[in-house]
Amino acid sequence: MENTNSDKIRAYQKQKNKEEMQKHLISFGLMIVLTIIAFVIVATGIMDKMFVIPVLVILAAIQVAFQFYYFMHMKDKGHEMPATMIYGGVWGALLTLAGLGVISWW
Amino acid sequence: MSIAATQKRSFSAILWDYLTTVDHKKVAHLYLFGGGFFFLLGGLEALIIRIQLIKPMNDFISAGFYNEMFTMHGTTMIFLAAMPLILALMNAAMPLQIGARDVAFPFLNALGVWLFIFGGILLNMSWFLGGAPDAGWTSYVPLATDSATHGVDFYVLGLQIAGAGTLMSGINFLATIINMRAPGMTYMRMPLFTWTTFITSVLILFAFPALTIGLFLLMFDRMFGSAFFNAALGGNAIIWEHLFWIFGHPEVYILILPIFGIFSEIFATFSKKRLFGYTAMVFATMLIAFLGFMVWAHHMFTVGLGAMANSIFAVATMAIAVPTGIKIFNWLATMWGGSIKINSAMLWSLGFIPTFTIGGMTGVMLGSAVADYQYHDTYFVVAHFHYVIVGGTVFGIFAGLHYWWPKMFGRILNETLGKWTFWVFFFGFHFTFFVQHFLGLMGMPRRYWVFLNDQELDLGNFISTIGAFLMGVGVIMFLWNVIATAVKGEKAEADPWDGRTLEWSIPSPPPFYNFKQVPLVRGLDALWIEKTEGNKQMTPGEPLDDIHMPNGSILPFIMSLGFFIAGIGFIYQVDHKLWYIVLYGGMALALGTMVVRSLKDDLGFYVKKEELEREAK
Repeated sequence: MENTNSDKIRAYQKQKNKEEMQKHLISFGLMIVLTIIAFVIVATGIMDKMFVIPVLVILAAIQVAFQFYYFMHMKDKGHEMPATMIYGGVWGALLTLAGLGVISWW
Repeated sequence: MSIAATQKRSFSAILWDYLTTVDHKKVAHLYLFGGGFFFLLGGLEALIIRIQLIKPMNDFISAGFYNEMFTMHGTTMIFLAAMPLILALMNAAMPLQIGARDVAFPFLNALGVWLFIFGGILLNMSWFLGGAPDAGWTSYVPLATDSATHGVDFYVLGLQIAGAGTLMSGINFLATIINMRAPGMTYMRMPLFTWTTFITSVLILFAFPALTIGLFLLMFDRMFGSAFFNAALGGNAIIWEHLFWIFGHPEVYILILPIFGIFSEIFATFSKKRLFGYTAMVFATMLIAFLGFMVWAHHMFTVGLGAMANSIFAVATMAIAVPTGIKIFNWLATMWGGSIKINSAMLWSLGFIPTFTIGGMTGVMLGSAVADYQYHDTYFVVAHFHYVIVGGTVFGIFAGLHYWWPKMFGRILNETLGKWTFWVFFFGFHFTFFVQHFLGLMGMPRRYWVFLNDQELDLGNFISTIGAFLMGVGVIMFLWNVIATAVKGEKAEADPWDGRTLEWSIPSPPPFYNFKQVPLVRGLDALWIEKTEGNKQMTPGEPLDDIHMPNGSILPFIMSLGFFIAGIGFIYQVDHKLWYIVLYGGMALALGTMVVRSLKDDLGFYVKKEELEREAK
């Protein structure tokens, strides 16, 4: 892209990269905080066992979302196919687990 | 390159070329040679099984050896023959059909083929090292965990290595089809073989991890004292069956969907018509793949899952007959009113339709959970799955080989021999397996070493064995055809069949960069559209420019060799601690190669524009 706007484009790209990096760092920090919360809940035993497991599952789900959308760039354009594949896989795995659960305990 | 190709090269140069190749066309050759070799081996095992069953109370081979024989026949045919031969055709045709110069990850492609070859060799080494696996190709526990020899260990490690290769090929094809289609080729303009390759790759991606996990659990149970499947220690043997069939059922669609694609290409080409119901074909394929993941328990009706579970899986199973039926009718409608040319490829395709329909019908019969209690583990099941796997997959592979042989090797297979091969194999096949339906209904169980006198099973088994030999003759005729063609076959032009898709727009065999200029695709059956408008060739989709190509590499071979050596170490470390040296040595070799690959940049090379222009003259 050797045109007169190349400087502007470069500056724009730089700005973009900076924002991207910030988002990465924020989500990375949040993931560490979430992990610490999870450990604290279990280690200190402040919660009833009945609550601990759902809370941990929710925390895990948030972390997976961060992973997919920020670190694996699923929030960006052009990731429709990977998203289809990932959600297809998640759906297949859930169905399989549900199937196995139902035939084991129903 | 063009100069090198015209000169005769020494054997060692050709060998080195194949050992280091990352070209999808040569990887296809490797898959073909490897898969073909194991196909012959599996066929030999089948003949030994049939000789043993030629008469009542025969003692051609011992009972234990018979167990090894049918286990290896199944394992070899599924994992080391059918799948690699399909991958060979995918590698040979798919990148050409989408107008790509190679697959997305050429290095990974080479790694996949070498992992398959080494995995296959590892599995078959068991014959010479104390006995082959003998727990059936399904390797059900506790039979597999209690099997005394190292056979099942070879099964676990061999399949783990070969399976890793298949998994990476699946990912590779997905990335290729998503990212590397020629300009103008939207998803709904892709040839049907490309579509089925795509959907099969999705199946590979989602199904193979279940096998990987199952094999790891079995490996830990057998080698490292865990108890995942040991009920006495709190494990559960049924888990293996679930894991195996969660993989195993999609696996049968991995075997048949690409074949549906091949037949779709052949019917359209030799009927000189656009494929009837293209959109319906695409969505039927997707539907089969989707449903294929939720029917695995129909292999386990007699396990005791309960009436509710059995009913759900029975209904889901029968539902698959609907999209499959759509396909059958679409193929018939494609031929309807077409200008049909019947040659070898077309004969295999025509033979497929009634054969596969019979297999599908017995499939629906087996899908009925109530009736399955009668059929389970009898020769009825054996007849059913041979009708779909031989009548579908093997017929399709032969059809595909006849169809794409000119593109793969630059020569046309002999038509007379090809037709003879078809008729001998076709009759041999039906002799072998049609009677087995009735043997099964009369109560003959599968996997039994002998059968008794005077139970009216003699004649059926005798006919079956004769048929098996006819199939063997058919395969030998095909080999003869291949050799004769290689020696003095008719040279193929670029487009010997008056084809419709992009692979026929380039020379046979194509130059290593496939397309000098990536073509512009203006619709389904891209080449046919140009032909109808009187154009001699495709409109280029880009100006003539330097072509970026990957360098060859020996690393995939060394990496696979490392895993192969480590596999031997894993198998024997239970006998003596010294084997850990082999285990760690092999792993070090494999991981070291990975480090080399990661740290050393290999940016490939450019075919210069000037060179391309010179070749054009």
